[in-house]
Amino acid sequence: MKHVKTLAGATLKMSAAHGGCGECQTSCQSACKTSCTVANQKCEQSK
Amino acid sequence: MIHTFEALGCHIALDVASGAVHVLDKMSYDLLNCVEPPMAEHCPAEVAEKLPQYDAAALEECWQELLELVKAHQLFEEETYIDPSWAVVKNTPIKALCLNVAHDCNLRCKYCFASKGGYGTGRMLMSFETAKRAIDFVVERSGKRQNIEVDFFGGEPMMALDTCKKTVEYARSIEEKTGKKFRFTMTTNGMLLNDENMKYFNEEMKNCVLSLDGRPCVNDKMRVTAGGHGSYDIIVPKFQKLVAGRGDKEYYARGTFTRENLDFADDVMHMADELGFKNVSVEPAVGKADDPLAITEEQVPQVCAEYEKLAERLVNRPDINFFHFFVDLEQGPCVIKRMRGCGAGNEYVAITPEGDIYPCHQFVGNPDFKIGNLYEGTFDKEIAEKFCGVNVYTKEDCRKCWAKFYCSGGCSAGNYNVNGDIMKPSKVACELERKRLECAIAIKAIRAGLAEE
Repeated sequence: MKHVKTLAGATLKMSAAHGGCGECQTSCQSACKTSCTVANQKCEQSK
Repeated sequence: MIHTFEALGCHIALDVASGAVHVLDKMSYDLLNCVEPPMAEHCPAEVAEKLPQYDAAALEECWQELLELVKAHQLFEEETYIDPSWAVVKNTPIKALCLNVAHDCNLRCKYCFASKGGYGTGRMLMSFETAKRAIDFVVERSGKRQNIEVDFFGGEPMMALDTCKKTVEYARSIEEKTGKKFRFTMTTNGMLLNDENMKYFNEEMKNCVLSLDGRPCVNDKMRVTAGGHGSYDIIVPKFQKLVAGRGDKEYYARGTFTRENLDFADDVMHMADELGFKNVSVEPAVGKADDPLAITEEQVPQVCAEYEKLAERLVNRPDINFFHFFVDLEQGPCVIKRMRGCGAGNEYVAITPEGDIYPCHQFVGNPDFKIGNLYEGTFDKEIAEKFCGVNVYTKEDCRKCWAKFYCSGGCSAGNYNVNGDIMKPSKVACELERKRLECAIAIKAIRAGLAEE
């Protein structure tokens, strides 16, 4: 495309198909625990 | 729902439901901001009239590109593919512990949420017997989950190092038998680090969180000893030595910024460039408006500007990993995980030295949130279920927010501390989170070479 470039596709929607295993890191959002956005964690199944 | 924003000179559109992210030129960005879905096959005259600065044929070209994305389900995608019941967790396994091994501390940090380490419940250390019970508790409650996280926390957990070591030894001894895999984290202020325990941490701890606020003047104003002396000169050489021996294991130099150092970008760069810590996190002090150090609503624009300034300094520094600017747009957690929130009170609990169980470390000492006790064998399902019901669809503010699948609904304790309600997000925390996400995505766009020349 000339005017629009895609940085990431529909990854979130695709993740619904294989998601929910619960093995990924707990994602505490509290400021005192080096809170992370959930999105910056890895899916255990993608390792 | 889409979110369009400008950051670091980039024009970006995030398609909330699909997770797609697009980088646009100025014309297509301006056009997209005039679009009301569903999109027609061609650019309507009334839309073109709103953008008289652009040529109609060029706008039509942009329109067709946007329409192509709609047809590819990467723009204006509906959330209808998401079943809100996915977010409902019932009888979820507990698989992560915040093990408060020390309700005591050898520093007196001015912003400490834990009453200078004692959590308001008196200073005490956890015995190995209690820690062992905690490990047995999580093994029993973790069902089929294989990965178990244990965070040694406090206060200063190194004040109970013997308990930590015995706990690791015990957990490792039952890994094979139980089929579990323990991952330990140590969050420390560094005061008690020595060569021996550094070596131990670098062997056994999957992650080390090293508390340091940045520049000496900033750190030593907040992170002081009981005698009121700054801790920087004591801890920095120890942290550097620990990190030097850490290999490729995870660590973070982790600081807090308060309303007294809103120029925190300098603290990040100090830790990264002058001290050599390439994994850095600084977090805002959060709390009610009358908290003398917490970031106020009035300060949000200044903090957001500082985040953007930091992003400008880091965009060409891929060697520095600033925690909040790292976002995985390709292989992050699934949408189901992102709906469910932090897991406090269901998959994650905190255990005190007395064996009391709380939804997370932030609720420790608040009797209204005490779930149970390891020695009494109690577990109040009613409190746990209250937390099971917290997700991005049950919180009104989250439901309509574009960032909901990136923060997963934020911190329940933060919500409670600021608004008195775990379901009511903190405005300051949310605004800062959204700004950090925008910066993170813009950095990705520029590093991918997609920014407009």
